[in-house]
Amino acid sequence: MSAREEILGRVREALGAEPAAVQPSALAEYRTESGLDEDALVELLVDRLEDYKARVEVVPRGNVAAAVRARLEGKEFAVPEGFPAEWLDPSLDERAVRDSREAPLAVVRLDGLDAVVTSSAVSIAETGTIVLDGSPDQGRRAISLVPDHHVCVVPVETIVGIVPEGFARLDTTRPLTLISGPSATSDIELERVEGVHGPRTLDVIIAR
Amino acid sequence: MSSVSLGIPAVPPRGFGNISAVEPFPQAAHRELGNAQLRENLGHATHTIRDKRLRVVSELPDWQALRDAGSAIKTEAMSRLPELLTQFEEQFTARGGTVHWARDAAEANRIVEGLIRETGSDEVVKVKSMATQEIGLNEYLEERGIAAFETDLAELIVQLGHDKPSHILVPAIHKNRTEIRDIFLREMPDVDPALTDEPRRLAMAARAHLRRKFLSAKVAISGANFGIAEMGTLGVVESEGNGRMCLTLPETLITVMGIEKVLPRAQDLEVFMQLLPRSSTGERMNPYTSLWTGVTPGDGPQNVHVVLLDNGRTRALADRHGRSALHCIRCSACMNVCPVYERTGGHAYGSTYPGPIGAILSPLLTGVEAEENSSLPYASSLCGACFDACPVKINIPEILVHLRGEDVEAKHGRDAGPGGADRAGAKSSGRRRGLPTQMDVALGAASWALSSGDRLGLLEKGLPVARALAGRDGKISRLPGLGAGWTQSRDIPAPPSESFRSWWKKRQKDAPPADGDGSTRGPATGGATSDGATEGEAQ
Amino acid sequence: MKIALFATCIVDAMYPRVAQATVQILERLGHEVVFPAGQACCGQMHLNSGYFREALPVVENHVKTFEAGFDGGEYDVAVAPSGSCVASVKHQHAMVARWAVEKGERRADATLEARAAAVGDRTFELAQLLTDVLGVTDAAAQLGSYLPGTIAYHPSCHGMRLLRLGDRQLNLLRSVEGLDVVDLPEADQCCGFGGTFAVKNADVSSAMLADKVANICGTGAAACAGGDASCLMHIGGGLSREQRTTAGDAPVRTLHLAEVLASTREHPLTFDGGLALAGSPAGGAR
Repeated sequence: MSAREEILGRVREALGAEPAAVQPSALAEYRTESGLDEDALVELLVDRLEDYKARVEVVPRGNVAAAVRARLEGKEFAVPEGFPAEWLDPSLDERAVRDSREAPLAVVRLDGLDAVVTSSAVSIAETGTIVLDGSPDQGRRAISLVPDHHVCVVPVETIVGIVPEGFARLDTTRPLTLISGPSATSDIELERVEGVHGPRTLDVIIAR
Repeated sequence: MSSVSLGIPAVPPRGFGNISAVEPFPQAAHRELGNAQLRENLGHATHTIRDKRLRVVSELPDWQALRDAGSAIKTEAMSRLPELLTQFEEQFTARGGTVHWARDAAEANRIVEGLIRETGSDEVVKVKSMATQEIGLNEYLEERGIAAFETDLAELIVQLGHDKPSHILVPAIHKNRTEIRDIFLREMPDVDPALTDEPRRLAMAARAHLRRKFLSAKVAISGANFGIAEMGTLGVVESEGNGRMCLTLPETLITVMGIEKVLPRAQDLEVFMQLLPRSSTGERMNPYTSLWTGVTPGDGPQNVHVVLLDNGRTRALADRHGRSALHCIRCSACMNVCPVYERTGGHAYGSTYPGPIGAILSPLLTGVEAEENSSLPYASSLCGACFDACPVKINIPEILVHLRGEDVEAKHGRDAGPGGADRAGAKSSGRRRGLPTQMDVALGAASWALSSGDRLGLLEKGLPVARALAGRDGKISRLPGLGAGWTQSRDIPAPPSESFRSWWKKRQKDAPPADGDGSTRGPATGGATSDGATEGEAQ
Repeated sequence: MKIALFATCIVDAMYPRVAQATVQILERLGHEVVFPAGQACCGQMHLNSGYFREALPVVENHVKTFEAGFDGGEYDVAVAPSGSCVASVKHQHAMVARWAVEKGERRADATLEARAAAVGDRTFELAQLLTDVLGVTDAAAQLGSYLPGTIAYHPSCHGMRLLRLGDRQLNLLRSVEGLDVVDLPEADQCCGFGGTFAVKNADVSSAMLADKVANICGTGAAACAGGDASCLMHIGGGLSREQRTTAGDAPVRTLHLAEVLASTREHPLTFDGGLALAGSPAGGAR
């Protein structure tokens, strides 16, 4: 008997004739909506991100390019192919290195870059979580990981209040990365220290 | 669902690997308790995390509802396990991944080795994974010439220190910053000799040490926090980015996942992604969570495998009263709040799974008859702090008691003591029965005495004698046998000269109940009498 | 109201004064106390040690004894001055009844589970009964409770986590005239008793006890009060072994909630002829 058949047989035997448990959705009495308005969402997200030691600024939609430029000026950085052109000041073009699934940068090349700029798919205010889903404006997972400085644009309409609202907007079959602040560890005496293997600096630009 | 009834259902085979105590818990605890540095490190770390957890848990108005939902989803998942595993396999395969099944630790290790060999690589990077700790994968690979590099900071500390993990979330919790610095100075070839013990500096040293490994690794091995049956998605929850490095950069990714980690729906993540981070590191959300579904062309590993591991899980599942231990999401909240774990540390439990959850999970995976794990269910005062902290509401104290019952059933002598109640009723014959222990005899006798008011009353007539046996200082400071465990640090008060039962009887005689208002039966002794006051006082 | 007292085996045999105090409190409130003579023990020690077969006759005896009185109208509720014994009656008795049926025990009784549950439903811990059923919110005003001095309060695990007593015991203590209840650091931590845990894992238990004793003595209180005689015997045994004394050289004691509540101006709780909490509150214990 194959391992598969044997294990599945053991499971069936172990469960015996007991009826399958009811679907728990009927029991779901936890919150599924935050009911927060845009101002409250932005305020909460900023508070939570700053708590993680991310640098956050909230800018009008028209000022995103300037904010991105301020963060990346003088740096050589990766940018995903689908990153909105209007968010990238032409003055940065020279040092912007394009990446896509079709034409991926080598890991060592990424390691040599100073930074990366991406957009984002969904952000969850209550937990200060930004989700990247590999769309063309966010790029391959490697580009937002290897460079030491991540500049991330969060369009205000992608902000939700709580975790269930976030997952409701996500397609789990896409490669998802949930980011809550710069990389950190609590492995030494359970005290949180920011900055380990992932980007040590996280800049968030919330575009209203 | 059909089940083949052969009279007695076959007990699924036990698990093997690093899931067994190597010596009885009391003995291991005795040694660990003698380590003052360990006690200090653990006390500091567990108290830090307790406060953090309480703070972020109290922020959520629906925490109890989330716990209920988490528990219900896990119960559902277990009851639908055959169907969910099959669905997971279909989905994962349809999206470009390969599914392997492993009956036990040895089979899982062989599968992983084979997959690594196929790539031609002789080294792998690893994301912290309880499943691979459990099956002893690192040791197995090392013996066969494949180097496995742990990349989680705490795992790295343990690996460099030639040590063993003592906690499921923070395997190096037993080491303080200075000890960690010393390990780094000794074991990291390129380390700055001026390295201080500041946690930030230590984290930076780990970053530098592992950077090249990450960038050049061809094969990564991970565990998984969740497997979603609905679409074949796997998830890893982490903090440092070492997980992302392993899950993203290498060409080949091999994930070892216990079969109990499967969840029915993607939507279930909305519950567990609230429960897990707050319960484990005491954060609103952990820094990084990666979710992947098979292969994404052009993004991440293109050669993706998952090994579905039994290794005793079906044995645990077959125990109706213990199976909810499989709901565990490995958050470690139970050990962080456990007064026993806080004092002994994780090594005392022997297994990869220490603390309260380990005290039930390890014997459930191996069977409590496995001699080496039979002392684990007793490693608890049943204070219940673990149950309160568990995000999926595993009733750990109740399962501990259940397993104690199984242990007593399995091996303790039945024909114990006067009246050792009803041995004839023991139907589960055929199991090994040892000679009666002191505990068997004592509790057998107590059962006889305590199952009748008359018998207890009769025995209580001996209280004056026992009282006389106490020292002149009115206490008992030394007892033989089992009692010596008590008197090693505790006195016993001199017994009173009269039981309550006897006092009550006299009082009834002296002052028969007043009719009518039913208020008093003659004044009870006002306050405590001088006699009553000194009696029973352990002074 | 007619109230059955379940004294519990440890109080009956070792701390009769706690049961006496319970009787006083209830009678002072005008209730009639009954002591069902067939009672012995809740079986918790056996159950928690895994000796279910030996626990079964103990549980049967308890259920049989108390249900007879309930059924015969001899009393309306039962009370025990112990959180853990009440928790056992409420939660574990039905469990062991179920166990016996599942295992096909010779003396298994299919009706025991429901009967045990019925007895459990009408059984209360002392503070629970006083607060929830008898409406006692101010011990000084309603019971005349008076005890000058300083105490620390240890909320025992089973009362706290199995019965969810919350602040019931603490609030009653705080409403005793003359009594200063100081905060006990790490109050919610187990004292390390745990029944046979104290002997099976004596080293760990002793380490837990040492911390509890240190925390109590650090408060400077003259005594540690609680609602479980078994935990108090454990803590008291540690205090005694370490010969802990107050600034006034009196031994640091343990007191049961019932004893504290029963103490009045007319008949204050005394030890060796002196007030119970002599030596407090000045200075710290050592």
